[in-house]
This record gives sequence, structure tokens and C-alpha cells, in this order.
Amino acid sequence: MGRSVKKGPYVDLKLLRKVEQQEQAGKRSPITTWARSCTVVPEFVGYTFLVHNGKQHVKVFVTEDMVGHKLGEFAPTRQFRGHTNKKEAARKG
Amino acid sequence: MPRVVGVEIPDNKRLEIALTYIYGVGRTTSLKICDELNLDRGMRARDLTEDQIATLASHLDQAYTVEGQLRRTVAASINRLRDIGCYRGLRHRRGLPVRGQRTRTNARGRKGPKKTVAGKKSVKGMK
Repeated sequence: MGRSVKKGPYVDLKLLRKVEQQEQAGKRSPITTWARSCTVVPEFVGYTFLVHNGKQHVKVFVTEDMVGHKLGEFAPTRQFRGHTNKKEAARKG
Repeated sequence: MPRVVGVEIPDNKRLEIALTYIYGVGRTTSLKICDELNLDRGMRARDLTEDQIATLASHLDQAYTVEGQLRRTVAASINRLRDIGCYRGLRHRRGLPVRGQRTRTNARGRKGPKKTVAGKKSVKGMK
């Protein structure tokens, strides 16, 4: 179920403030963040975020198309290294 | 056989059913179209007059997205997801279920026919 329209999109306030600060300073340095659940709002376009994936921070450059998605959608939390083959499985068991 | 919106050739079925042969028109939309145009939903598609076919075509054209146009819209939204590198896009790229379904079993519609892996224990054996 989607979020109530009345509330508006969820945006991490600290993160938004950081973007605004950079906007005023005219800088565009990457912003490190753990706020994966923060919605990408139009103000974020053109900025680079370092989004935490549980282990490290993934570089995410925000484009116009990304507006409306959450930051976490761009930083995968799982890494698939392939299935274990028979030998490996035997060693473990 | 009458032709509506290009190649669609519904046959001698009831109009409400015949219209669902158009990509993007299901039962609900079909009934809605019949009501909007005051067409008898029970009439056979072959009994449509030239005039009725013309109004049907123009109505579908301006009020609904169907066939090629709809296919293009759908493909475009999927491509957008692929290009921005979001989770849903990644799932589309890999041909896996997009909406969080399990993939340990099932998901055959997305993954295609089973690829048997030698030496893999069966689901029953795993307990």
C-alpha cells in the first residue's frame, strides 16, 4: 500500500538540509548517508550520494528519472556470488 | 470479419468478448466501451455496420491507449527502470521476479523452464 498523499513524500530532513547547504555554498560534493528510505525529491537532482548498503557506501548520482524512488533502491544490499558447487558443499558439510 | 484499430480482427463472438481481442481491452473496458457508444454488447461482431466500426475506431483512438501505443508505453517504463539502475530495474535485467516473490521455488513464469542442476538435492531432501 502506498503512503498517504496528505503526508507527502518521506524525506530525511537532515539530508535535505545538507543538500540545501550545498546549494547555497554552490558546492556539489558527495553526501554520505544511511537514509535509504528517503525519497528522491527534485532538489536532489545533480547531486551525488553515498548510500549505505549495510557494508559500504555506494555512489549514486541522482538523475531526473530517479525522482520518486527511494535512495535505497539504488544501493543493492545483496551480492550474488554464484551457487556453491559440489566440492565446496562437501567441504562445508 | 471487421477490422478495428489496425490488425485486430474480432470474429463472430458477442461484441463484449470480441473487443477483448484488442491488446489493452479486457472485460471491464469492453463493457465500458459498449455503454459509451450505445452498442448492444450482445450483438455479433460481424453484424457491426461500417459506421459503427468507424466510431469504435475513433473512440478507441482518443479515449484509450491500446495496441502498439500501449506496448510502447509499457516497454518504455520498464526501460526507464533498467536505465536508472534501481532494484526493480536490476530484477528486470536478470529476468527474475520484480515484486519480492520467492525464487527458491516457483517463479517459473519469469525464470523460464527448469534448468536441472546435477547433484543438487531435491527440495524434499533438504527438509
